[in-house]
Amino acid sequence: MTARQKRLFMVAGIVAGVGAAAALALTALRDNVMLFYAPSEIAANMPASNERFRLGGMVEKGSLKKTTGTLDVRFYVTDYKKTVEVQYSGILPDLFREGQGVVAHGRMQGNVFVADQILAKHDEKYMPPEVARALKDNPPPPNMGQNTDEGT
Amino acid sequence: MYGFARRWAPWFGGCAAVAMFVALYGGLVLAPPDYQQKDAFRIVYVHAPVATFSMVIYTTMALAAAVGLIWRMKVAHAVAAASAPIGAWLTIATLGTGMLWGKPMWGAYWVWDPRLTSELVLLFLDFGYMGLRAAIEDPQKADKASAVLAIVGVVNIPIIRFSVDWWNSLHQPATTKLLGDPDMDGSMVWPLLLMLVAFALYYAAVMLVRLRAELLRRERNASWVREVLS
Repeated sequence: MTARQKRLFMVAGIVAGVGAAAALALTALRDNVMLFYAPSEIAANMPASNERFRLGGMVEKGSLKKTTGTLDVRFYVTDYKKTVEVQYSGILPDLFREGQGVVAHGRMQGNVFVADQILAKHDEKYMPPEVARALKDNPPPPNMGQNTDEGT
Repeated sequence: MYGFARRWAPWFGGCAAVAMFVALYGGLVLAPPDYQQKDAFRIVYVHAPVATFSMVIYTTMALAAAVGLIWRMKVAHAVAAASAPIGAWLTIATLGTGMLWGKPMWGAYWVWDPRLTSELVLLFLDFGYMGLRAAIEDPQKADKASAVLAIVGVVNIPIIRFSVDWWNSLHQPATTKLLGDPDMDGSMVWPLLLMLVAFALYYAAVMLVRLRAELLRRERNASWVREVLS
């Protein structure tokens, strides 16, 4: 083996070794790398009531209730399998709306998740308002060239 | 290589400036506002290209460092050294524009999200590379040590790229894909793609200028430098 081949294998070895180490570490720390837990993950493994964590999912349509005169809101967060009720008092981000993604930071109190921070999640799709309106009124069939969630 | 850099850098720079101007006009003026995010989505025209190139430049550095190590090519080490500060500033720009976008849309400047955290690690890798190189006086030793750092750090690039797919993340997944249609309307996507081209040209131009300086510094005692400068 020439010296150059030796160096080539050394570089390949560094990349493979560091890659394997990173993969193992990230797999082991999976639960810590996750930014939030989905409602079904919480249902499967109920956190203790003093444990602070983030809950993420979709704001269920038609579930948002505001108490007039206060900043108190209640709504349901769903991952289309399980649902968790969330209680929050404060100003909601502009993008917060029903049917949109949300990440809430707080703790479980009984069966209700009491949040002290609400973050809105937006998706990777961008379109002008006219297109969004047209799509809403007249959804295209799934295989007509328009990207859908199931399609790609 | 020196002659190539001197000849081509102004061309790349000029094209980059034109493309960037047209793309910014397209993105900030011509493109319609987004149905959800209104005008705030326009940060994407700067944020996504600088983020892409913060990763492309690091990958280029690692590849150049590997070529330099394996084939003992001095120019490759010089390319890696010339690229590092450009990568670092684009990483800072990524984090900065991302924070400005995060506050109005998500509701927070910073979240310890896997995507954001791994991009911050990239900034530390860029700084670490520059620091290590500056700390070692002997150029050959500096080349070798910093090359190993660049190659080790490249493991972070797929982590940044796929963090949004592997883990639950506040950051949305990629809009443009290597294969398949982008999740963006045609009227909005062309300035974004043009901006990517503009940043590729920008990187080429600035890298060649820096590479020229790097080569002159390294070879200051060589006879060709005396000929070029006389």
